[in-house]
Amino acid sequence: MIDFTINGIEASVEEGTTILDAAKKYNIHIPTLCHLKLHDLNVENASASCRVCMVEEEGKNKMIAACSTRVKKGMRIRTDSIRAIRTRRMMIELLLSDHPKDCLICPKNGKCELQNLAADAGIRSLRCEGERRVCTIDDDSFSIIRDMNKCILCKRCETMCNEVQTVGVLTDVGRGFHTVVGTVFDRPMHSTTCTFCGQCIAVCPTGALTEVDNTADVWDAISSDKTVIVQTAPAVRVALGEEFGMEPGTVVTGKMVTALKNMGFDYVYDTNFAADVTIVEEASEFADRFKNGGRLPILTSCCPSWIKFVEHNFKELIDIPSSCKSPHEMFGSLAKSYLAEKLGKKPEDIVVVSVMPCVAKKYEAQRPELGNSGNSDVDIVISTRELARMIVDSTQDFVNLPDSSFDRFMGQSTGAGTIFGSTGGVAEATLRTAYEFLTGEELKEVNFTALRGFEKIKETTVNIGGTQINVAVASGLGNARKLLNDVRDGIKQYHIIEIMACPGGCIDGGGQPYMHGNTEILTKRMNSIYNIDNKKHIRQSHKNPEVLQLYNEYLGEFYGEKAHKLLHTHFYADRSEI
Amino acid sequence: MTSSSLKYSKDNTDKRLDYNSLRQLKEEAYKNLKKRVLKDDAIGINENGTFYLKGDYYEKQLRIALRNCGIIDPGNIEDSIATDGYKALADLLENNVSGQQIVDDMTRANLRGRGGAGFNAGRKWAEALSHEAPHKYIVCNADEGDPGAFMDRSILELDPHSVLEGMAIAGYAIGADKGFIYVRAEYPLAVRNLKIAINQAMEKGLLGDNILGSNFSFSIELRLGAGAFVCGEATALIESIEGHRGMPRNKIFRTAHKGLFQMPTVLNNVETLANVHMIMLNGVDWFRSIGTKDSPGTKVFSVVGKVLNAGLVEVPMGTPLTSIIYDISGGIKNNKKLKAVQTGGPSGGCIPASLVESTTVDFECLESLGSIMGSGGMVVMDEDDCMVDIARFFMEFTVEESCGKCTPCRVGNKRILETLDRITQGQGSEKDLPYLKELSEVIRDTSLCGLGQAATNPVLSTLRYFENEYISHVKNKRCMAKVCRNLLIYFVGEGCIGCGLCKINCPVKCIEGERKIRHIIDPEKCIKCGTCMEKCPVHAITLS
Repeated sequence: MIDFTINGIEASVEEGTTILDAAKKYNIHIPTLCHLKLHDLNVENASASCRVCMVEEEGKNKMIAACSTRVKKGMRIRTDSIRAIRTRRMMIELLLSDHPKDCLICPKNGKCELQNLAADAGIRSLRCEGERRVCTIDDDSFSIIRDMNKCILCKRCETMCNEVQTVGVLTDVGRGFHTVVGTVFDRPMHSTTCTFCGQCIAVCPTGALTEVDNTADVWDAISSDKTVIVQTAPAVRVALGEEFGMEPGTVVTGKMVTALKNMGFDYVYDTNFAADVTIVEEASEFADRFKNGGRLPILTSCCPSWIKFVEHNFKELIDIPSSCKSPHEMFGSLAKSYLAEKLGKKPEDIVVVSVMPCVAKKYEAQRPELGNSGNSDVDIVISTRELARMIVDSTQDFVNLPDSSFDRFMGQSTGAGTIFGSTGGVAEATLRTAYEFLTGEELKEVNFTALRGFEKIKETTVNIGGTQINVAVASGLGNARKLLNDVRDGIKQYHIIEIMACPGGCIDGGGQPYMHGNTEILTKRMNSIYNIDNKKHIRQSHKNPEVLQLYNEYLGEFYGEKAHKLLHTHFYADRSEI
Repeated sequence: MTSSSLKYSKDNTDKRLDYNSLRQLKEEAYKNLKKRVLKDDAIGINENGTFYLKGDYYEKQLRIALRNCGIIDPGNIEDSIATDGYKALADLLENNVSGQQIVDDMTRANLRGRGGAGFNAGRKWAEALSHEAPHKYIVCNADEGDPGAFMDRSILELDPHSVLEGMAIAGYAIGADKGFIYVRAEYPLAVRNLKIAINQAMEKGLLGDNILGSNFSFSIELRLGAGAFVCGEATALIESIEGHRGMPRNKIFRTAHKGLFQMPTVLNNVETLANVHMIMLNGVDWFRSIGTKDSPGTKVFSVVGKVLNAGLVEVPMGTPLTSIIYDISGGIKNNKKLKAVQTGGPSGGCIPASLVESTTVDFECLESLGSIMGSGGMVVMDEDDCMVDIARFFMEFTVEESCGKCTPCRVGNKRILETLDRITQGQGSEKDLPYLKELSEVIRDTSLCGLGQAATNPVLSTLRYFENEYISHVKNKRCMAKVCRNLLIYFVGEGCIGCGLCKINCPVKCIEGERKIRHIIDPEKCIKCGTCMEKCPVHAITLS
C-alpha cells in the first residue's frame, strides 16, 4: 500500500493506482474528458491529452494529470486548491474556444460530456476566443457522420478503432492547431476499410461522431400509403428504457411494442423470430458442411460489421462465413414474400423498418445483393437512440405505457433467438439446434455457459454424436483478428466460430444508449438477455411454432431451395465501397 | 562477378582491426594528418602534439566537443583515428572494464544532457544498466530543430566518429547491441557523412560484430526525421523510430526503463555523446575540473543575432555571458546597444541587458533568470529589436511545431500567438497582459511534453523583464523599437522638397501635396508599407 495525502486527508491505496482512481476512493470527483476506462471490456484510453484532470502536487511547479499519474509514496495532492481549480477552468475554456457553440442543434445536445463539463464548471464567458478549426463534415456514408469541427482530440475513437477493433481507419492528421482525427488521404468513411461498427460513436464525448439520423425517413414512410412493418432486435429491449431514465437492463419489450403501434406502424414484429430462422438455416448449413466434408469452421454471419471486416482483411477466408443473411435481412426478405402473401400486399407496397442496436445495419441494408427483384429486404434502419427520440417526438410517456404483444406470423420467438443480443449467444443457439439436427436426440442441457460473458475469446468443446465439436467466440474485431489469424495459420482448429464486432456483442452496439464509460450497464443488459431466455418455455429455434409454420406453409425444407433464394447471400472479397 | 565479390568480402574482413593494429594505424595516420596540417595556415600544433584552430575567435574558446571540427577530414576514418578516435572504446574493451565501472565514472563526471534537460547522463546509463532485458538500445538524438542552432549539425558533419564512439561506449556500458541515430533529413551533409562514417567503422571492425576482436558487438542505424520539431522530444522521437506519428508519450516509465520498443533505452544528445570519449580518455577528475561544480565541462553555443562574429562558441560552463558576446563574438554590430540575450532556442527566455553582466552560462544561473540552457541557441538582440515581436516570433514557431496532442499546447499556444498578433498590430488592450501571463503559466504547468512546457518561456520572460514595452504597445499603441509596422506613423519632415516621388509611388494614395511644397501623409489611410521612405531622395520621411 502507498501512503499519501489528498486534500489534506491521510490516504492509502494499492501500488499502481492512478490519482484519479485514488481520489474516487476518497469521494473526490476529479473531472475528466479524454480518459475512458471500460473495466469489463479491458479497454482504456489514457492518452492524457485533454489535461482537464490536472491536479496540484504540493511543492511542485508542474501540475499533474490525475488520469495517468500513479500515486507515489508521500505525495501531497490538492485537487481543490485555487490553482488547480483555475487551471482546470482554463483548460475547459481553451477547449470551448475551439468548439462550435451550436449546442442547441447538436445531435449530442444533452448527452455531450464537454457540455456537461462546461455546465459543471459554470463557464459563463470565454477569455480566449480566437480562430477555430474548420473541417468539412463527412456525411457520405450510410452509418456515421464525422463532424471534426466538434472534435476535442481525446483520441477515444482512435483507441477503439486502432487498438480495440484493429480496423485502423482513424488517425491524427495535420499538426499543431490544425490537427484533426482523419482518414487516409482524407477520404470519406465509406471509401475506407471502416466496418461501421460505430464503436467510435459509442465513446465519442462530443458530437464529433454521430449516427446518420433516419428518423425523418421513418415518419415519411408512416405517413405514406404503404404498409409499414417494423422489427426490433434482441438487444434493443434491454437498453431502450435507459433513454427514459429507467434502470439499465430493464426489459421493456411490451412498452416498446405499444410505443411502436402508437407511432403508426402497421405491424410490429420481432427480429428474434428471424434469429430463430437464422439458427435453423445456419445449423442446417453447419450440419451439411460437417457431414459432407465442407469447409470448416463455419463463421457466423449475422454481424454486418464483421462481414465487412472479413471482406477487407481475410479475403482468403471469404468462403468460410455462413451464407445466411443476418436476421433482420432474413426478416425483410420474408416480410416482402411470405408475409406479403399472407397480408395480401405487393412487396413494393411494403416498407420494412429495422430498429437495431447497431449503425452498421444501416450500411448493410444498402448492400445491393440484399433484396429480391429490385426490392431491398430492409428499407430503413434506425438505432435504439433514434427510436427513443421518435417515442419522445410522438409525445408518449414511455415509462407508463401498457404492454402489448408482437403481431402474428413473425412475432413469436424462442430463448435461442433472444440471446443473439449478447456475445456467445449465436454460437449457443446454433449448438442447441445443431446438436439435435446431427444426433436426432434431445439436448438435455441447453445452457452453454462457457460461451457467455465478456472474456475476449471464449472456447468450449461439445460432444455431438461422438465427435468433439470445438467452438470459439470472440467479440471485438481485434479479438476476432487474433482468432482468425490462428485459424488461417492452422494454429487452431474449430468447427464453429461466432464473432460480433462490438465488444460484448449487440448489447454494446454502436447504436445503443450511451454508457459514458459505465460498463456495469453492459452487465445488466446481458443479464436481462439471459433472463428472458431462461423464462421462455421454448429455448431452441427449430421448435418455434411460427418458424415451423413458415417452413410448412411457404419455404419447404430447412436449408432448401426456396430458403436459399430468400435467406442466403454471398460475400465479396473485392468489395471496394458502399 | 562471383569471384570479385568474394575477393571484396575477403578484403573487407582483412580490414578489421584489433587492438595492436589500431595502435599501429594511429601512428601512421597521425603522421599523415600532421603532414597535411603543417601545410595549413589555419591549424596549429600544440606542444603535446594535438591540433588547434588558429585565430582569436577559436583560441579564446575551450573546444572539447568540437575538438576535431575543422581539423580532420570527416570522410576519412584514419583522420579520426589519428586524433585518438576509438582509443577510449579500445581501452575499455582491452582492459575488460565493467559496465558498472563505466556507469559509475559517468555518473561521477556529472555530464549533464546537452540537449537541454541537463539530466546527468551517467544516471540514465545506470538505470538502463540496472534493468534486465532481451535487448537494450542507444539512441542518439540528432533532431536538432531550434531555429538558428547548428551545434549538433557541425559535430555530425565534421566529426561523426566522435558520436559513433560515444554511442558504442554507452552500448558497451549498459549491454546494448544496437544504436539508432535520429537525424533530421534537412541535414543532408550530416546524413551523408554519418553514412560514410558508419560504413568505414564497420569496415575497420570498430562497429559491428566482435568489435576489435572482443565479445562486444554493436551496430548503428540511421533514422531520418521528416521535419517535425517535436520529434526532438525523447518519447516522440522513440514513437517516430517505431514507425508511429511522432507524438510524445504519456510518461509512466522512464525511457531508460521502458523506451524504444519498450526496452531499456539510453537517449543522449549529439554533443553529450561527443563528450564521452574525452571523459573516458582523460578521466573524471579532468572533466570535473572544467566548468562549475554543478555543471562540469563545456557547452557549445550557436551565437547569432546582432553580434559581429556569429558562429559556434564552446566555452567552459560558468563562463560570463559578456565574455561570449564581447570577447569572443566581437560585441554588438554597428555599435548599437545590447538589449537582451535569448538563450535556449525558441522555448528559452530573454535575459535583459541589465542582467547580462552578472549572467554566467550554466544550468543553474540561466534557470534562475527564467531562461534555460536548452541545446545552446543564443540570440543576441539590440535596441532595434522589439521584445513583444520577438516573443510573437518564437510563439509562431512553437504553434507551428506543436504536435496537437494536448489542449494547452495545441489551443493555448495558439491563443497566446493570437493575442500577441493583436498587440503588435495595435489592437491589444491592457486586459491582455494579465491574461497572457495566466495562460502562459497554465500552459507551462500543464503541457504534456517539454515543447509545451517551455513554449511560453519567451512570453513569460519578456513580460517579466520588458513589461514596459508591452504596456507601450497596448496603452500608447507605440513600438519603441520601431518594429511593429502597424504602430508606426510615417511623417514628412521639413526637409521635404516637394518632388512628389512619394505621392506617385504610394500604393494607397494617402500622400497629398503640391509640387515644391511639403507633402502630408494621411495616417488613417497609410498602410505602413515604407515605400515613401524608400523613395524619398532627401530622406525627409521619418518614423515616429
